[in-house]
Amino acid sequence: MTTVSPQPSGAPTDSVHEVDPGTRTGSTVLDAVLRFRALGLALVLVALVIVTTLANSRFLSQQSIRDVLLSASIITLLATGVTMVVLTKGIDLSVGSVLGLSAFITAQTLAENPGLPIPVAGLIGVGVGLACGLINGAVVAWGKVPPLVATLGTLYVFRGVVYTVAGGSRINAGDMPRGFLDFGTARIFGVPWLFVIAGVVLLVVALFLGRYRSGRDLYAIGSNPEAARLAGIPITRRLMTAYLASGALAGMGGVLYAARFGTVDASAGSGLELDVVAAVVVGGVAIFGGSGTVLGAGLGALVLTVINSALPVLGANPFWQRAIVGALIVGAIALDRLVAARVAVSLRKKGSHVG
Amino acid sequence: MRHMTTVRRTSRRRILPLAAGLAVALTLGACGGTTQGDDDTSGDEGDDDAPAAEADPEGEYQEGLAIAMLPKSVNNPYFEVSSEGAEAVVTELGGEYEYTGPSEATASSQVDYINTLSQQAADAVLLSANDPNALCSSLDQARAAGTYVVTFDSDVDAECRDAFVSQVDGDEVGRALIEMAAEQVGGEGQIGILSATANATNQNAWIAVIEDELANNADYADIELVATVYGDDEDEKSFTETQGLLQSNPDLDAIISPTTVGIAAAARYLQGSEYQGEIALTGLGTPNQMREFVNDDTVTEFALWDPGALGELAAYAGAAMASGIITGAEGETFTAGDLGEYEIGPDGVITLGPPTRFNADNIDDFEF
Amino acid sequence: MSADVIAAPAERRSWSRFATWDVAVIVVAAIVIVVAAVGVEHFGTTRNFGFLILEMAPILVLALPLTLIIVTGEIDLSVASMVGLTSASMGAMWDAGLPLETILWVTVLIGAVLGAVNGFFVTVLGLPSLAVTIGTLALYRGLAFVLLGDTAVADFPRPFTNWAIGGIGGEWIPNVTIPILVLVALFTAVLHATSVGRSTYAIGANPVAAAFAGIPVGKVKFWLYVLSGAVAGLVGVYWTLRFSSARADNANGLELTVVAAVLLGGVSIFGGKGTLPGVVGGVVLLTALQNALRLSGRSADQLTIVTGVLLIISVLAPNIVSSARAALTRRRRARVPISHDPVSLSDARKDPS
Repeated sequence: MTTVSPQPSGAPTDSVHEVDPGTRTGSTVLDAVLRFRALGLALVLVALVIVTTLANSRFLSQQSIRDVLLSASIITLLATGVTMVVLTKGIDLSVGSVLGLSAFITAQTLAENPGLPIPVAGLIGVGVGLACGLINGAVVAWGKVPPLVATLGTLYVFRGVVYTVAGGSRINAGDMPRGFLDFGTARIFGVPWLFVIAGVVLLVVALFLGRYRSGRDLYAIGSNPEAARLAGIPITRRLMTAYLASGALAGMGGVLYAARFGTVDASAGSGLELDVVAAVVVGGVAIFGGSGTVLGAGLGALVLTVINSALPVLGANPFWQRAIVGALIVGAIALDRLVAARVAVSLRKKGSHVG
Repeated sequence: MRHMTTVRRTSRRRILPLAAGLAVALTLGACGGTTQGDDDTSGDEGDDDAPAAEADPEGEYQEGLAIAMLPKSVNNPYFEVSSEGAEAVVTELGGEYEYTGPSEATASSQVDYINTLSQQAADAVLLSANDPNALCSSLDQARAAGTYVVTFDSDVDAECRDAFVSQVDGDEVGRALIEMAAEQVGGEGQIGILSATANATNQNAWIAVIEDELANNADYADIELVATVYGDDEDEKSFTETQGLLQSNPDLDAIISPTTVGIAAAARYLQGSEYQGEIALTGLGTPNQMREFVNDDTVTEFALWDPGALGELAAYAGAAMASGIITGAEGETFTAGDLGEYEIGPDGVITLGPPTRFNADNIDDFEF
Repeated sequence: MSADVIAAPAERRSWSRFATWDVAVIVVAAIVIVVAAVGVEHFGTTRNFGFLILEMAPILVLALPLTLIIVTGEIDLSVASMVGLTSASMGAMWDAGLPLETILWVTVLIGAVLGAVNGFFVTVLGLPSLAVTIGTLALYRGLAFVLLGDTAVADFPRPFTNWAIGGIGGEWIPNVTIPILVLVALFTAVLHATSVGRSTYAIGANPVAAAFAGIPVGKVKFWLYVLSGAVAGLVGVYWTLRFSSARADNANGLELTVVAAVLLGGVSIFGGKGTLPGVVGGVVLLTALQNALRLSGRSADQLTIVTGVLLIISVLAPNIVSSARAALTRRRRARVPISHDPVSLSDARKDPS
């Protein structure tokens, strides 16, 4: 791995590529956009909940909130991983297929080895995800294949593998150990475990991206690949990290999927990549790389889940769901561009006044 | 640099007429105004292209028949079970069996497989169709080339196939569903339906029977159908729709889900929610899928026909057709091995039999 | 894909190298057909070639404008969804009682409008086409479902549907062959023999330089998206008539096959390179391979894997070849220390073959 990158990792070049977001040009624009985005999203979320609750008071019941949190946790996991990739100016469209592969293999392993400890099964799922991430990362970082092409290809390859492994079979709830299924709905202090896991992962990744040099490197690579290379950032290595993380988290998502739904067949997670991409861009992660936070992506995932849960409660035509996802993606990036332009103009004006 | 300036002038001029001109290609040959109500008698409808052989009810099943099953999609456990049944029959009759189909349940992808099978000169195709009309032209071609088409589970337009093996009498399913629900809620209360897709032919027919029973059968006078929602036969969607159904109808007593995907998703949701044991759930499901939920009392009783037997019957029908024992006309009979004798009803429909009910007492006797 | 993607040094157009790739693809396609005709039962019949042309038709037609778009360095992932939405609108209009002759035109027009929406976001707002068309991929498919739900409109008049599947003079060559050949000829002429075509290469190679050279970059791209939409509308019409069924899920997922075929045909995803004969070769290769695999009893899963792998290989292979050559050149140069004059260095970068 290290031989390919221009600079072996751990080389004493900290001072060269330590990127301080505060002094980066244009960061004020980005900060303003991000603040605007987080606020806007929070408002949308509140408005959505109020409207839906007015239509049906049960929407704010304990059970209903738990349902939303449960649904949001899997999307949040995937969105966290995809955010890391998008920060590097990449994209990972294969997450839905990785989730499907991991969910099926985890469920199958549990079904065939009844005595297997559940954490081991979880590790197997994450391992499947890592393997997929390794393939994506290798093709993108070493093969220099554009991420879009690479992961569009693996979206189909991995799905084809699930189909081949699963055939027409389906793993049913009865085939999996009771403890595993209980874990899918179990709660700690009233909060579903799955949500706790997604939250912890989100915070860890947020910490990694915000506080650690290798995390900050992802932003640098995404903002200006050429400059990042010149600054001695081991680009290949960092890209591998991002795709491995995305794969591993999608793998983990697969484990949670199996635990939650209890029924897994070859089509698990089909089309999920669109929801995840929507959550990421709605959450304010710039699709051109270099800016955004996983917390934003998590918020995006929550908004998306609330919309999806609110539609049936409001009695809306369920077919709108997909159209809304698409409109959100286009709307979010268009809004970003407009707000960024407006903020840049106003900053320029302010700057000229000050002198 | 000079030719670059030309580019700017020509780009718009050339692309516009090009875009418009493209449309010409397809409208060539169209004339007059054709609207939906128009008669189109010019089509070659009817069965005249099928070999109009005499049925020979005393005939034997031929050996060496090439019989293929084409399911809605190959990644569906339900069809896997049907395929096992069909394969056993074809092997027993000394024929060649193939199970093939698209991985995505769309009509257009099935067309490629119909073409392929007809190209391979299959004697009979056992088809579960994704669309009643989209497959017709390729089925007509296949039949003209000598392949018999027997649909099962999900039919196409009666003109485009030789026979349809129906899993069950639609009325019986509808009646069984509402009867189970009524028993489980003690004869009164609110029920909701979690169906497959809004357009699913089978489910809509059964729901119509349920509605009819509710309106006309005095036994169900105190039962009210409050909502029908659609889970599109996707796990996640069915899950979310169940949530929505329960939230929108706080006084709901029972859910009927006449689809195997829906009932499993609803059961899983109930199992992990505060509604477990409060809300009765019944419908159509496979014993393997539902065993867990019957054992922990999330579900009391549900029903289904045996998809394996359905596959067997379809295979016998296809083989009988290819052997000249039947032609698909009403009133003809054939013997389907251990399943017994079957008679072809109106429109070439062959019905498997009444659904089986599964509950804690008998569920362990079934493995599919 | 905007042109500033990582590792996308805008290489100059080098005919020698890409002519080789085109020829290679066409040769491989021919080999696949010959091998399949000999080795796969039922493949080499006129009837099967008729089926093959019908299978190929939508992919080939969608690939034509997409080639131009990718040559300019952009992408359109929404093509299959536009087919679905135009097909659904066709069904809705037919249900509303409009005459089919009007519907055909309006459907193509709707396609053009959908393409214009893509074009607006990409050229007027300057958003990355990848993100925009992933968004409209979901949006247009979603709208198709909103329009028709899960229902199908199927009662299209027989003369039309029979034309869509029928053969010329009742023989095995499908009627659609002629319009397809006309379209292919038209697009090939535009891309390779007109200034518009040359400007797409200039834009793909270096949009800034192209703009400075007086090419209306935004306008060209915008109209290419409109064209892509209109062609998708045309395919929507064909698809609806061929299967005599307007459905929201028509052509679902077809974008992968189209993109794979275009890239396989030697069009560079970074823009600026590629030829239409190569793309036609890519489409033929892909569909013939799928047809042969299906006839030899391979499962649908394997078809999916093959398509995905071919997509990746079509980009990976040239990269590996060129970096291997670059490494070779570097090593050779290291052995001969005299030759680091700037001329040979730039030569090596320009033409790794």
